Amino acid sequence: MCGIAGSIHLRGGSADGELLSRMIGAIRYRGPDDVGIYRHGPVGLAHARLSIIDLAGGHQPMAAANDSLWITFNGEIFNYVELREELIKKGHRFTSHSDTEVLLHLYREEGERCVERLNGQWAFAIWDAPKRKLFLSRDRFGVRPLYYTQTADSFLFASEIKALLACPEVDSALDLTALDQIFTFWVTLPPRTAFRDIRQLPPGHSMVVQDGLVTLLPYWTLDLAPQPAVDSGAEARLAEELLALLQDATRIRLRSDVPVGAYLSGGLDSTVITALVRKNAGERLRTFSVGFEDGEFDESSYQREASSFFGTSHSDIRCRHQDIARVFPDVIWHTEQPVVRTAPAPLYLLSKLVQDSGFKVVLTGEGADEVLGGYDIFKETKIRHFWSRQPESSRRPLLLKRLYPYMDNIQRQSLDYLKHFFRVTERDAENLFFSHLPRWDLTAKSKLFFSETTKAALNSYDGTADLRLQLPKRYSAWEPFSRAEFLEAQYLLPGYILSSQGDRMAMAHAVEGRYPFLDHRVVEFSARLPTSLKMKVLDQKHLLKQAVKGLIPESIRTRHKQPYRAPDGRSFFGQKESYAEDLLTPARIKQDGVFDPRATAALLQKFRSGRDTGVKDNMALIGILSTTVLIDRLVRRRGGPDAPLPYESPALLGS
Amino acid sequence: MVQKIRTFVIDNYLFGEEGKLRNDDSFMESGIIDSTGILELVRFLEATFGVKISDEELIPDNLDSIEKIAAFLQRKLPASAAVGGAPSLQPAQR
Repeated sequence: MCGIAGSIHLRGGSADGELLSRMIGAIRYRGPDDVGIYRHGPVGLAHARLSIIDLAGGHQPMAAANDSLWITFNGEIFNYVELREELIKKGHRFTSHSDTEVLLHLYREEGERCVERLNGQWAFAIWDAPKRKLFLSRDRFGVRPLYYTQTADSFLFASEIKALLACPEVDSALDLTALDQIFTFWVTLPPRTAFRDIRQLPPGHSMVVQDGLVTLLPYWTLDLAPQPAVDSGAEARLAEELLALLQDATRIRLRSDVPVGAYLSGGLDSTVITALVRKNAGERLRTFSVGFEDGEFDESSYQREASSFFGTSHSDIRCRHQDIARVFPDVIWHTEQPVVRTAPAPLYLLSKLVQDSGFKVVLTGEGADEVLGGYDIFKETKIRHFWSRQPESSRRPLLLKRLYPYMDNIQRQSLDYLKHFFRVTERDAENLFFSHLPRWDLTAKSKLFFSETTKAALNSYDGTADLRLQLPKRYSAWEPFSRAEFLEAQYLLPGYILSSQGDRMAMAHAVEGRYPFLDHRVVEFSARLPTSLKMKVLDQKHLLKQAVKGLIPESIRTRHKQPYRAPDGRSFFGQKESYAEDLLTPARIKQDGVFDPRATAALLQKFRSGRDTGVKDNMALIGILSTTVLIDRLVRRRGGPDAPLPYESPALLGS
Repeated sequence: MVQKIRTFVIDNYLFGEEGKLRNDDSFMESGIIDSTGILELVRFLEATFGVKISDEELIPDNLDSIEKIAAFLQRKLPASAAVGGAPSLQPAQR
């Protein structure tokens, strides 16, 4: 909903107002409604506002307790109404009806532990003047972003990397280790980012900057310890409980002083959310979706079906190959990291549609796949694990063919090849990352395109060794299924789904996403479910499907899961103009030095010739293209394509 | 024949980096080929050498190195010519 930035001088100097203006100006599109800067001694806080709650009284940075506490806050505290009542009973007095003020008072009451009481999505910084302490925090799942860096004399933080790069002292060099991680895991391992000198506050963490020291404070972790199985009576009760929780999670996510819409993808999760919004809101609901001209990716028939079932007022866009190519450089300007898929691009177009329709807030279905057993990779894990206990069985692998009925490359393979591609050996079954080995192996093939200097700098770096160091102590005692859930929820969700496909695509057009499935009560409830209820035999999101019987169209409730994807490499070829080819010239690739010019040219030739291309060819192409755009726009600081909104100082706005 | 296969493998899977590829290197062990790669290979072999390859023949014994592919084709080619392109029933050699 907003953009935040700030600085604290670590050597006794005062905050640089001009720098704060430039920092917040760089992300002004996140908050076009209002802007504010607060400076006091060593500290400066800046805020770009998208007004959603208490339109008149919610100006930021905001103060409380006789101006001893100041906050800049991006996000929403959905249970602020209840917290406010509780604080009033304790004697707190409020001057606005905003959730921001509640957060300040809650901090005053409970200190750093206040974040444990929050139900919401947040990134904020509170300046505690009496203690000369800067307190920063990020929500449990990483819905809202928060980056930081340090210069010779200051600590800087912001919602986005480009705000930090607005400070000329901050080095914009790419982090090759991060690139290696993205070309394996699709994400960097927090606190690492794609930039060598910039860090991110990991989800579920707070941070204190005081007396020149920076301290990380973890306050929440996902615990997926094995749970005992339950009988069918208990299953029915749990389904009811899940639905009740989701209803409440949706209800409090409708708290807003502006109208709220919903994304409708045609899949189970967004349809469930639409049903619950409809139930809570009552009135005619506005829904939005993206369809594809390319039938392989299009789900518009299901979108139309859901829309007419709920009687929503529906708008959609039809995404063509050339649209993806056209917006791709802007998309990367916003993702601020390389990606190996084009899937963020259609979501960028979708948020534009929402903005053009006059909406600022949408509810969506993200998170359900991670916490309720939805992803194909969980099913794949279950099948591979079952097969690995009898590797010679010729019947067990047939289950894999059932998993990917639409994939010719799986359907036609022999047993020996399937065993090889899905790494079904006893040794692999013992691996802590068993579930993700096939995906990571495949993605890591893109590293073939690294230049000799990149390879030398990485020196056979192994990202899984770093990942192993971050795992929870009990991780190895969890079921393979739960380990897979953890890897998705802890890494892919914040590092890609909620950022590159989520916050960054929505905020590019000043749209705030809200995610009922990521209400921490829903997540904690799901974590206590036996895995057999999340996936009964091979039925994905089993309990959720039981819970929503009768609520949504049966055809959507029981349809085969279609993962959200967009056309990749083919978007960039066969068009009249192809900037991909202009951008990826041997001269530029050589100048950037990250990739090998000859191999890159051969890859382009493979696409250009119209020969078959595989998943790894596509991931490599999109990875190289996005990295090259990132180097051009951010590393070399050539800037974004759309001129950022001009910065207007608070004085000019008369506040 | 070996050279044609070799060129295809280098262009399509190694993107010009032929350096260390030996004709008996296992595609699986060296990670050269993925599941889509096998189908690309089959389409190439069918188009270039005029053979018909059935799904049952998509096994490492036939396709896992340049040498194996060449041997596989040599077994197939006379048979294809003789019986009008029907798949060879000759078992793969271990």
